[in-house]
Amino acid sequence: MVNLDSPLTNEKVWKILNQIPDPDIPVVSIVELGIVRNVENNDAEKWIVTITPSYSGCPAMAVFREDIKTVLLESGAKEVELKISYSPAWTTDWLSETTREKMRKHGIAPPETNSSQSVELFADSKRKITCPHCGKNETHRTSQFGSTPCKALWYCDSCHQPFEYFKCY
Amino acid sequence: MNTKEALYNFCLRLADNNIVLGQRLAEWCSRGPILEEDLAMTNISLDLFGEAESLYEYAVSLMDNNSTADHLAFLRSEREYFNNLLVEQPNGDFAQTMMKQVLFSAFAKHLYEALCNSHDETLKGLSAKALKETKYHLRHSSEWIIRFGNGTEESIRRTQFALNKLWRFTDDMFVMNDVDEELISMGISFNLDDIHAKWKFTISEIFAEANLQIPDANNVITGGSKGFHTEHLGHLLCEMQYLQRVHPGATW
Repeated sequence: MVNLDSPLTNEKVWKILNQIPDPDIPVVSIVELGIVRNVENNDAEKWIVTITPSYSGCPAMAVFREDIKTVLLESGAKEVELKISYSPAWTTDWLSETTREKMRKHGIAPPETNSSQSVELFADSKRKITCPHCGKNETHRTSQFGSTPCKALWYCDSCHQPFEYFKCY
Repeated sequence: MNTKEALYNFCLRLADNNIVLGQRLAEWCSRGPILEEDLAMTNISLDLFGEAESLYEYAVSLMDNNSTADHLAFLRSEREYFNNLLVEQPNGDFAQTMMKQVLFSAFAKHLYEALCNSHDETLKGLSAKALKETKYHLRHSSEWIIRFGNGTEESIRRTQFALNKLWRFTDDMFVMNDVDEELISMGISFNLDDIHAKWKFTISEIFAEANLQIPDANNVITGGSKGFHTEHLGHLLCEMQYLQRVHPGATW
């Protein structure tokens, strides 16, 4: 944990925020997902955190907002303000290779295409996503929509395990 | 009408489209033809509610009248709703629901694409976000329409029937009034005639692949963006607003 005796610094705040997990993918933090866009403070020890929504209707956003306020207040911030930024719009292109590897280990296949590629008709029926369990790509999609807005349901025909695919966005 | 009022009204129009269609899709919850489609329709519904909420929040921030997003959603009557007539139409069967979805998503896609160049930064950002979601919605419904159109005699009959039934509500999405006039002059929104042409091109391609015939425009009906609705919206709002009407100010 972070030492509470020394005053908060920008670097320290980023570290604290990096410990807040995504409730749906607990191995990945909201910083790694790119939800936290900026951290700044003014003289009055008020910390201003700018976040961007991942998906418009994602219920996890409400959880993030509370979590950010709670942990920063507990870490010695006198006041916390949350700002929402819509531009640039959140994209899965921001996920680093380390984050993608964490997802794979958690059983979620990370996005395989770039967000600038258009959402082509019937593209998923031609595509083979690499199975995060066995690493083979003999897979097929079972549902374009899944348990959360960010994921689709896939099935591996090689190891016969279902898995979730983090949609390219 | 000044720019702020026009923008407020325009945000309501976009948000109302999303919330009304989202509510319609939510009616399918637990009634989907298969589990995956139940998931799909409620997922799309969630996206639409999310987009509506952001737009209501923005609308509220434009006016100093102590209103809230919840107030806008749950305490306005049908004459104060500015959604297009298409989205309020009852679900019908699955073919009709997907047809409504494809007609609206294609419109939303081209509108959001245009609004990504808006001079209003917030509207621009919200549109960029909504566009990503809308592309998935359009793909989902297009794939079904193409499958149905190339399916069995029964699926073809139902899908063509859906198109014939809903076609007369589509012109309504492109009707402009003084709100559009003001926003176009400020570079905030764009000419809906241009969106209409792009929309027509997109859906014509889909319907060609589905072997469906676009019907003649008979009994065209418009008025949504002025607050004139078909009888169905009032019933929808009755159900959606019940809790806030019976227990005013109730919160989670």
